[in-house]
Amino acid sequence: MSTEELVDFDVALEKYDPVLGFEVHVELNTKTKMFSDAPNAFGDEPNTNVTPVDLGLPGVLPVVNKTAVEYSILIGLALNCQIAEKCGFARKNYFYPDTPKNFQTSQYDDPIAHDGWIDIELEDGEVFRVEIERAHMEEDAGKLTHLGGAAGRIQGADYSLVDYNRAGVPLVEIVTKPITGAGKRAPELARAYVGAIREIVKNLGVSDAKMERGNVRCDANVSLMPKGAEKFGTRTETKNVNSLRAVEHAVRFEIERHAAVLDSGEKIVQETRHWHEDTRSTTSGRPKSDADDYRYFPEPDLVPIVTTADWIEELRSRLPEPPAERRKRLKADWGYADKEFRDVVNAGVLDEIEATIAAGTTAAVARKWWMGEIARLAKAADKEIADLGVSPETIVELDALIQGKKINDKIARQVLEYVVAGEGTPAQIVEKRSLAVVNDDAALGKAVDEAMAAMPDVVEKIKGGKMQAIGALMGPVMKATRGQADAGRVRELVMEKLGL
Amino acid sequence: MSAISREDVVHLARLAHIEMSDAELDKMTGELGVIVDAIASVSEVASSDIPATSHPIPLTNVLREDIVGQTLSNDEVLANAPDSDSGRFKVPAILDGE
Repeated sequence: MSTEELVDFDVALEKYDPVLGFEVHVELNTKTKMFSDAPNAFGDEPNTNVTPVDLGLPGVLPVVNKTAVEYSILIGLALNCQIAEKCGFARKNYFYPDTPKNFQTSQYDDPIAHDGWIDIELEDGEVFRVEIERAHMEEDAGKLTHLGGAAGRIQGADYSLVDYNRAGVPLVEIVTKPITGAGKRAPELARAYVGAIREIVKNLGVSDAKMERGNVRCDANVSLMPKGAEKFGTRTETKNVNSLRAVEHAVRFEIERHAAVLDSGEKIVQETRHWHEDTRSTTSGRPKSDADDYRYFPEPDLVPIVTTADWIEELRSRLPEPPAERRKRLKADWGYADKEFRDVVNAGVLDEIEATIAAGTTAAVARKWWMGEIARLAKAADKEIADLGVSPETIVELDALIQGKKINDKIARQVLEYVVAGEGTPAQIVEKRSLAVVNDDAALGKAVDEAMAAMPDVVEKIKGGKMQAIGALMGPVMKATRGQADAGRVRELVMEKLGL
Repeated sequence: MSAISREDVVHLARLAHIEMSDAELDKMTGELGVIVDAIASVSEVASSDIPATSHPIPLTNVLREDIVGQTLSNDEVLANAPDSDSGRFKVPAILDGE
């Protein structure tokens, strides 16, 4: 049968329970590589961040990067893992030119961290606990570019070009235990899990965590078993699903595909699958074979790592507040509604709002600016909000000008635009551009008189008790004062003049 | 009786992408067998309460500070390469592994 036959997702879930498993590779952002003092840097000229150790030249001696070990322990602690008292490295032997040594230095049966867990909260607040099997240290491989034949694809390529700048970059591979019970929320959970790992390592400061650069890479394992069964089905491993959206889609696709295969009475082949973003589908990769015999053995050039309780506790004391707990705390502190808070999180402005409140505004005012005008300006400039250059102090100053009735909301938004354009602080701009609202009752009174004279029907309505009709006078008054009238004061003046 | 069979050697040769003749396979089966048997004699004296070790000296935590050192120039990196292109190693297309 064609591998493209699918069963509708909801139909598949009526019949089968999905089991998930993830291997997430995290590139650490240490200054140097795992076993050599070559720079760990992205985007440099090919084969310039390379030492004899990275090339696996005869006689070289690798030495473990202490910071990489500490970062790995931090990841383990953040994932509630046990930290191994003693662990070592092993050689994982395979034949492929992405490593010039013919083996990857990794950890085998004694990972530095094991048996942890992480609670994953889905958008509607439902929480799944994902058990962590292990987190182990290893090194990244070089980068291959396949040329000739079908461009960029290994099938049909004539030759490959190899850049070893990435070879030896420290990696931590985080492996989950099988995740059962997610049911139809499996795709969402997949996305949320990888998102949570990315957030955690970024929050720890141990990885740049940019998925588009391959700092965080996910292999997603999926299998189905008949509803209520206990024995897992055969799994497939979809490799290098490298965006959160792709992880969600790949899991969903594999569930639909597995269901079609099983429904037709056939068996799932245990194999790797390749994810294709353009068609949102997977294709068959390589079946499990002899080549998966990696002949692990202890790395004789590296001695074991022993972790003392003091060392671990010192590292534990460096742990920042976990992102999920921080969100819970901030939501309670700020009193935002569920949706308001979710929008703030999705917009990525938690830090900005927190800093703005700390600098002196209310939570509501901070949210109004960061989710409103600043977000709009960022979008218009096609920039990230953080790159717009608006400081928390700017918002505090702007708010103070509004509270002091120096400017109104509309003017404040203009002032912010001038701030972004680099014209100075809000107070300087108001001064320089003479934007202060017209509080001068004589001038304002004249504008109000004119507006009332021009709209006798509106005045009658107000007299008749329809207070909202005052709004109709606002336009002409604002126009007469070039938008600089204080709306509250205008309202007061109208009432006074009508003796209300 | 050697712990290494001819099939083991065929398997290993395939994993390592080494082409071997029948005569070579026979010869290697014998030679590897001798080595494995010699090493196996260690377990005659090592009781089960002695953990496996890959290091004769009880050293631990040989660690390096995270400080950038000297790298090779691109020319030096490629000095031993049979072929190269645009600063990179040029290798034959290899189908398995990915």
